[in-house]
Amino acid sequence: MSGHFLLVEGLKKIFPAGGNGEANPPVFDDIHFHIDKGEFVCIIGHSGCGKTTILNVLAGLEEATAGNAIMDGREVKGPSLDCGVVFQSHALMPWMTVLGNVVFAVKSKWPDWSRAKAAAHGARYLEMVGLGEAIHKKPAELSGGMKQRVGIARAFAIQPKMLLLDEPFGALDALTRGTIQDELLKIVQATHQTVFMITHDVDEAILLADKILLMSNGPHAKIAEIVEITLRRERTRAGIHHDPQYYLIRNHLVDFLVNRSRTYAGIEAEVFHDAKQPPVVRPGLEGQPALVRTPPTEKPVPHLKQVINH
Amino acid sequence: MRSEALKAAFISVLLFLIFIAAWHMATLPKESATLAGANAEYAALMGKGAEKSGGFPPPAEVGRAFVTYLSDPFYDRGPNDKGIAIQLGHSLGRVGLGFLLAVLVAVPLGFTIGMSPLLTRALDPFIQVLKPVSPLAWMPLALYTLKDSSVSGVFVIFICSIWPMLINTAFGVASVRRDWLNVARTLEVRPLRKALLVILPAAAPTILTGMRISMGIAWLVIVAAEMLVGGTGIGYFVWNEWNNLALPNVIFAITMIGVVGMLLDMVFGRLQRLVTYRE
Repeated sequence: MSGHFLLVEGLKKIFPAGGNGEANPPVFDDIHFHIDKGEFVCIIGHSGCGKTTILNVLAGLEEATAGNAIMDGREVKGPSLDCGVVFQSHALMPWMTVLGNVVFAVKSKWPDWSRAKAAAHGARYLEMVGLGEAIHKKPAELSGGMKQRVGIARAFAIQPKMLLLDEPFGALDALTRGTIQDELLKIVQATHQTVFMITHDVDEAILLADKILLMSNGPHAKIAEIVEITLRRERTRAGIHHDPQYYLIRNHLVDFLVNRSRTYAGIEAEVFHDAKQPPVVRPGLEGQPALVRTPPTEKPVPHLKQVINH
Repeated sequence: MRSEALKAAFISVLLFLIFIAAWHMATLPKESATLAGANAEYAALMGKGAEKSGGFPPPAEVGRAFVTYLSDPFYDRGPNDKGIAIQLGHSLGRVGLGFLLAVLVAVPLGFTIGMSPLLTRALDPFIQVLKPVSPLAWMPLALYTLKDSSVSGVFVIFICSIWPMLINTAFGVASVRRDWLNVARTLEVRPLRKALLVILPAAAPTILTGMRISMGIAWLVIVAAEMLVGGTGIGYFVWNEWNNLALPNVIFAITMIGVVGMLLDMVFGRLQRLVTYRE
């Protein structure tokens, strides 16, 4: 047994065949990775590689066809309060107030708390995401960004061992997304929460993550590479792109998504790849000497936000 | 918006007045119809019949019936002569009781069916066959087994109001958003708490719609049922007044049935708005 907080071994998922009776190929197989306590891990890959399925398996909402996930020494067998999940569609109950939604979660975790205690606890977490004013509103009265904040507060309020975020900012406009990313960053830095997050946004991943799992395309998707983000942990959205490592990492990620992600599996497999131990790369550090030695032949990459979203 | 409502109200009143006027003109006594001599005496011999059977009643006569009945709604002069409020009360009592029993059966059963796709399929043929049966067709069976006409009336209401509620509850429960159920699952919410705090509120608008439809049908059916079983109730009143050939009273009763039906629907409309949520 390793000392990792979360250990995923040989995960594989085959969806039941459709009407024609032909067996489906596995969406992903031979997925191995681990997450340590307090780590923020993002997973990036094209649609259809099974990212959400992996997250659902970790949350206990779906069963893998093979393989297992061991969290904190115990196998994940079903949904549990150890995991706080933030859903892509926020999934707030529209008949409850904002506070009611959080209190519902709090009372689920600590059933014998009094209403007042649960409400105070919930209100504190809503305060943390900047929603102290709106706790008595119904979700329908909130903007998309505020709803997602409630979802985050609800997940944090049960003080889970691990937070699972399924593309939480996918449906938000860039401006709102930035603000909430900042808030999430602050909270995570303060609480040292262990986080597993799906995203399509390369910049978001670099800003938030300690390491990024790159997934190759499905079917037979694999963890192709693990990119360690070697930037200082104290990052800000405003300053991060001044760091010389930033574009090296960013280019590496974009290059993977655009060119290399399809070369790992199936008939197109071009590279030898040990799925059990995907290579760990540090593009932020590796590129540095090269930059120092030779003057860049290309122009510096213009500061444009690229969102990979297929 | 306000002026629109005002205009609509004005047109409604105007239409009503035109209708009354047309009715009045159509029922004006004809010259040739005036009775004379022996005919009048003969008519007198027939008691009040002469004035009542003088054709379709004019609005004034119906108006008089309104005044008479509404000015004293609670009198009780024997089994065939009760105030309108008492008759409506009997009908509402039967509808209320039958409806309540139907709620007690349909909502829990619908919940169970909605939670289990297997049960949905297994019970579907029964529901599909029983649903289109006219509730009055159950009357002979009910009379034979229950041996009481009043209880049979309640049973007929029960059997007619159960289907829309059952189907809507099952549908509402089955189509609760996956996301909300997943939230409940990740929070390890216990089954009863999940049913009461997540599924019930989520399905409540659909369930209330079913109840509203059921109540509408129940109010339609009670009139027919009471015509059959007799004794008390607004349906019996209509049938009784038809036997008396007192058409003004029948018209009065029709209006009352309509008004009470509208009020019932409004109550359920209010309830429905209460549980409806905006997403």
